[in-house]
Amino acid sequence: MAQVVLKDLNKKFDEVHVVKDVNLHVRDKEFLVLVGPSGCGKSTTLRMVAGLEEITSGEIHIGDRLVNDLPPKDRDIAMVFQNYALYPHMTVYDNMAFGLKMRKFPKAEIETRVKETATLLGIQDLLKRKPRQLSGGQRQRVAVGRAIVRHPQVFLFDEPLSNLDAKLRVQMRVELKRLHDRLETTAIYVTHDQVEAMTLGDRVVVMKDGLVHQVGEPLEVYSKPRNKFVAGFIGSPAMNFIDTTISDAGGLYAETTGMRVKVPADRVSRLAPYKGKTVTLGIRPEDLREAAGSDPHDLVFEALVEVVEPLGSEILLDTTVGTHTVVARVDPTVRAKHHQKIRLAFIPHRIHFFDNRTEEAIV
Amino acid sequence: MALLRPRDVQQPVLARLLDNERALAAVLLAPAVLILAVFIAYPFVMGVWLSLSSTSVGNPGRFVGLQNFLKAWNDSIFQTTFQNTFVYTFWATIFKLALGMWLALLLNRHFRGKRFVRAAMLLPFIIPTVLSTFAWRWMFDPTFSVLNWLLYRTGLIVTKLPFLSDGTWALWCAIVVNTWRGMPFFAITLLAGLQTINPDLQEAASLDGANAWQRFWHVTWPLLKPVTIVVVVFSIIQTFSDFQLIYVLTGGGPANSTHLLATYAYQIGVATGLLGEGAAISLFMFPVLLAVVWIQLRYLRRLEGA
Ligand SMILES: Nc1ncnc2c1ncn2[C@@H]1O[C@H](COP(=O)(O)OP(=O)(O)OP(=O)(O)O)[C@@H](O)[C@H]1O
Ligand SMILES: [Mg+2]
Repeated sequence: MAQVVLKDLNKKFDEVHVVKDVNLHVRDKEFLVLVGPSGCGKSTTLRMVAGLEEITSGEIHIGDRLVNDLPPKDRDIAMVFQNYALYPHMTVYDNMAFGLKMRKFPKAEIETRVKETATLLGIQDLLKRKPRQLSGGQRQRVAVGRAIVRHPQVFLFDEPLSNLDAKLRVQMRVELKRLHDRLETTAIYVTHDQVEAMTLGDRVVVMKDGLVHQVGEPLEVYSKPRNKFVAGFIGSPAMNFIDTTISDAGGLYAETTGMRVKVPADRVSRLAPYKGKTVTLGIRPEDLREAAGSDPHDLVFEALVEVVEPLGSEILLDTTVGTHTVVARVDPTVRAKHHQKIRLAFIPHRIHFFDNRTEEAIV
Repeated sequence: MALLRPRDVQQPVLARLLDNERALAAVLLAPAVLILAVFIAYPFVMGVWLSLSSTSVGNPGRFVGLQNFLKAWNDSIFQTTFQNTFVYTFWATIFKLALGMWLALLLNRHFRGKRFVRAAMLLPFIIPTVLSTFAWRWMFDPTFSVLNWLLYRTGLIVTKLPFLSDGTWALWCAIVVNTWRGMPFFAITLLAGLQTINPDLQEAASLDGANAWQRFWHVTWPLLKPVTIVVVVFSIIQTFSDFQLIYVLTGGGPANSTHLLATYAYQIGVATGLLGEGAAISLFMFPVLLAVVWIQLRYLRRLEGA
């Protein structure tokens, strides 16, 4: 049980700066997810915590120890690798027992712990097999088992589910979450899958190009993205971005060809300085709905349906408005046809505005 | 409308032959079998026949049974030779394995000038053995030895070391040269083996609390074992039947004390002309090599089966 603190952490590979001034405070027992596009430095950050990668500058504390100069084995952490990294020549039992053997646990204790962990993960019947005699999901469990059998202070996961097929991934996701609730061990989890991040994380850290863009609880990151990148990265399908001009006609409006939206009252004062300038309006597909007759007309616009994707529980509409593509996620009862027009309405308090130059949210 | 059934069509003979899998296999295997028969089986059978006869140069000889083998067995030079061959093979292989492994582990890391070292390491391997062994002979030369000169100059010795003039010393010199020459092959092969091992395993092991030695012993070594066995067996076969190196370095001397089976067989069979006895001596290699290969095959099969 321990907190992990990263202070002004930097990593350079020769001249390439891949992790930039990262500051994070992972709380005791927290499940923190690092998420971001490929190459943003998530793995590198995690590997620095593990001690597998040298730190260029900054500090890492685990518990109350500064671990910068501690080798991996003395950091009391366990890691689950993307390709599992099971020892191919050892049985499942030996794979799980290896860490305990190296730490000179008594034989009886090793056996109890391995059996206990195997039962917890439902792999007690596989203990005599070699890794190559296991399915992907079983290997995954063994890899997790090898990590938890040691009762470390911190778990590190580097995209542990990315080699599984979609169905198994969802199942293992749920299992990992249950396991964490049960073990209550601090965990740092790396993924580029935002659904995984949202569902697993107590808090989510969104990274890009080595920078931390936002840290927060999943719903907070979803509903209050701090900038355009976070807004576009979290949520699927991604948020629609529309370039609009702010105009004043007895109230502020955001306008573009084919669309004229009244700026919600609580945003007026912040948007006033942008009068006459362009800002990016952001709206999530799920925050658009088919307009009803009662909707005020300054929250409604007309869109041309290009593609209809019925998903059963909902329908995704790919539409165009002027030069913009807008995706809407509407009720399955909506009768939309391709090449027809549809009237869509904004849910006003879910509209986001972003500064065009800094890409920061205007709130 | 009547369709022609395939049987009704007249096929050329060759096409029919190629359709028959067994015939095709026989045709394709024939060249290899022929080459094996002419260049391996015939000389081998010939060698066995010679060893059982009293053939010498200019004398067709007659069948004498195991007499040649018995004579060799009771010959004190042969006894020394037999023992030398084992000592030479054993130590040279151990050294090559240890040093080759060390080099391979070193070259598997990243450091400046790694490519240069890799290329340089191959030098002993690409220089013709006869040439490099001549160079070594000069270094060990009783009068001109640069090694003696160096050791003397640095004050480590006061009298010259009898590198090639003492039987025991000479055999160890040969072991050194063989190690020097054979090590690159070990290093390169083991390095290739090392590179197939997923580096994540080392990292996983270090997180599991293993130090460098434990990582090698519990992870790297077991995974490298199949490759190691193959190179070791290969090296044992080559070293056990080595000829060139001893022939050039010591010629079997001083006083026939550094012969290996191959050089002694040559000396008796070709230089002295007693073809039958020479063949018998060289055949002493056969059971040993057969055993080595058999053990290797069994072991590899077990690995695959596991
Ligand atoms: N050993 C290395 N030498 C040089 N550059 C490296 C090295 N390892 C990683 N990088 C670079 O650092 C950047 C971050 O890599 P990292 O592996 O942390 O990305 P990531 O966020 O984990 O991406 P992914 O989702 O693809 O795994 C990348 O641009 C990568 O090319
Ligand atoms: Mg990664």
